[in-house]
Amino acid sequence: MAITRDDVEKVSLLARLQLNGEEIERLTGELARIVEYVDHLNEVPTEGIEPMAHAVEVHNVFAPDEIQPSLPREEALANAPSHNNRAFLVPPVLG
Amino acid sequence: MPTLSPLIYTPATELLRRLQEGEISAVELTQAYVDAIATREQRIGAYLRVEAERALQQAIAIDDRRRKGHTLGKLAGLPVAVKDVLCDKSTRTTCASRMLENFRPPYDSTVVAKLKAADAVLLGRTNMDEFAMGGSTENSAFQITRNPWDLERAPGGSSGGAAACVAAEMAPLSIGTDTGGSIRQPAGLCGVVGLKPTYGRVSRYGLVAFASSLDQVGPLARTTQDVALLLESIAGHDPRDSTSLDQPVPEYSKSISEPLKGLRIGLVQEHFAEGLDSEVESAVREAIRVYESLGAVVKMVSLPHSKHAVATYYVIAPCEASSNLARYDGVHYGHRTDQVAMLAELAEERKLLEGAKDEVGLERLDSSLVRMYRRSRSEGFGQEVKRRIMLGTYALSAGYYDAYYLKALKVRRLIRQDFDHAFCEVDLIAGPVTAQTAFRLGEKVDDPLAMYLVDLYTVSANLAGIPGISLPCGFDKAGLPIGLQLLAPPLEEERLLRGAYMYEQANDWHKHRPKMD
Repeated sequence: MAITRDDVEKVSLLARLQLNGEEIERLTGELARIVEYVDHLNEVPTEGIEPMAHAVEVHNVFAPDEIQPSLPREEALANAPSHNNRAFLVPPVLG
Repeated sequence: MPTLSPLIYTPATELLRRLQEGEISAVELTQAYVDAIATREQRIGAYLRVEAERALQQAIAIDDRRRKGHTLGKLAGLPVAVKDVLCDKSTRTTCASRMLENFRPPYDSTVVAKLKAADAVLLGRTNMDEFAMGGSTENSAFQITRNPWDLERAPGGSSGGAAACVAAEMAPLSIGTDTGGSIRQPAGLCGVVGLKPTYGRVSRYGLVAFASSLDQVGPLARTTQDVALLLESIAGHDPRDSTSLDQPVPEYSKSISEPLKGLRIGLVQEHFAEGLDSEVESAVREAIRVYESLGAVVKMVSLPHSKHAVATYYVIAPCEASSNLARYDGVHYGHRTDQVAMLAELAEERKLLEGAKDEVGLERLDSSLVRMYRRSRSEGFGQEVKRRIMLGTYALSAGYYDAYYLKALKVRRLIRQDFDHAFCEVDLIAGPVTAQTAFRLGEKVDDPLAMYLVDLYTVSANLAGIPGISLPCGFDKAGLPIGLQLLAPPLEEERLLRGAYMYEQANDWHKHRPKMD
């Protein structure tokens, strides 16, 4: 399935990326070529094959329900681009 | 030019013995490597940060404790370089990305914690492709790394710094990560030994995630014996990584010298196809003859789905990456765009749309929060990371999920089944690591698909979760190293290392060193 410029713009919003015109142009071509390559997977018959999400078959791993120390707030905020010592700060969300 | 200490040419296992017997001190050894770095690093660029001061302080403390007769860890005094993707709370962890340029992790990854507990001396943090995405280390946001065998060529990637620092004797041991070949491929291109363990053998706790079902941490060194030593120091179950395997860790460095009797080696017919360089092929076939001379039986096996491995990988890995990298939002940590400029940009766009009475455009205009995310991420990520996030987001988006992601997961199972069948016939699979020797810097940067195809022989092991090793098996006419890849069934690292050691003992390829001074 060919990828269009419009697809790339839509996906860039889903991916929370802001692309300029030149980037959209280039990515449209590059992604189209990569997708054309991976489209060869359609040739492989996979009827009745279970998808394999993990290299090791995963099973539930239970941990005892014990209270353990968590990251202190000060350390959790230490790398934040903006904070007020209590919370992460973001630009106004409403309005 | 100062004369460098001969210690830098000595294998880590031998250095450890000398440290334990008091023939050398940790300070003397660390200083030898700090001197080598001072002389050579400017030409290679393997390290993002050399932490000489911290390393010497660690070495002083270890020597002091040894003098006092205290119990020391199993790597006490041995310098180790760490890829800048494993969290270490005593330094920054950047993943070679602008996004994490100033990130200081609040905790240690399990691998770094194990190295510290083993009293290893942490020399510095090595360069890599941004977020481990790439095969040449050219995707680092900060610097390129040069191949010590030819400074105009790439060291491979993504653990290019990890391989180059070992090849150039700027560290005896180093830690890399391998999601599609990122330890084995640079090890092959730089003429060192690199091992990707079974998925789950080494904890991923505190490893910055790229593709969680494929990522694995592993050792690089100049000999198989040294790789065995480092592997047994970092492997093991970790309650903090629910995918880590609860299996005992054998003493790989002890059993490695026992030859494998009645060894059956498999050659994959699909590996010897179009695209394989003739010099690489001859070196690999010669290595197989060495195994035969050691009593091994060689059989042809087939991995019929291996031709789909790269396509499968380049669906699954970007899908997982797009999800994992969603966490970089400019809120909790990492780069955030300039808020004033961002709000001004939005106001300007709104004015234009209002002037044009573009109702649809106004409806679609980003909120300030969404624009903050988008600008922060676009400024923080490099081209390859954006490409993979876009690819993964596309493949996971409504209408394409079944066609790409689910399909790839099914083919992944077929790839694993091929290995299961092959390992009923043979004990180890042998083949090339890459189809060509080291390529020139810049040669593939404008062709993402060509760069992806470099992973042809390595990605299958990640998809199947099996262990693999790359070790030197010759040189081409240009003097560039050629790597031999061995693969084993899950959790058979011991067999893999014993098989690799047998070959290593029968030749001296691993003793060839690049001309550095």
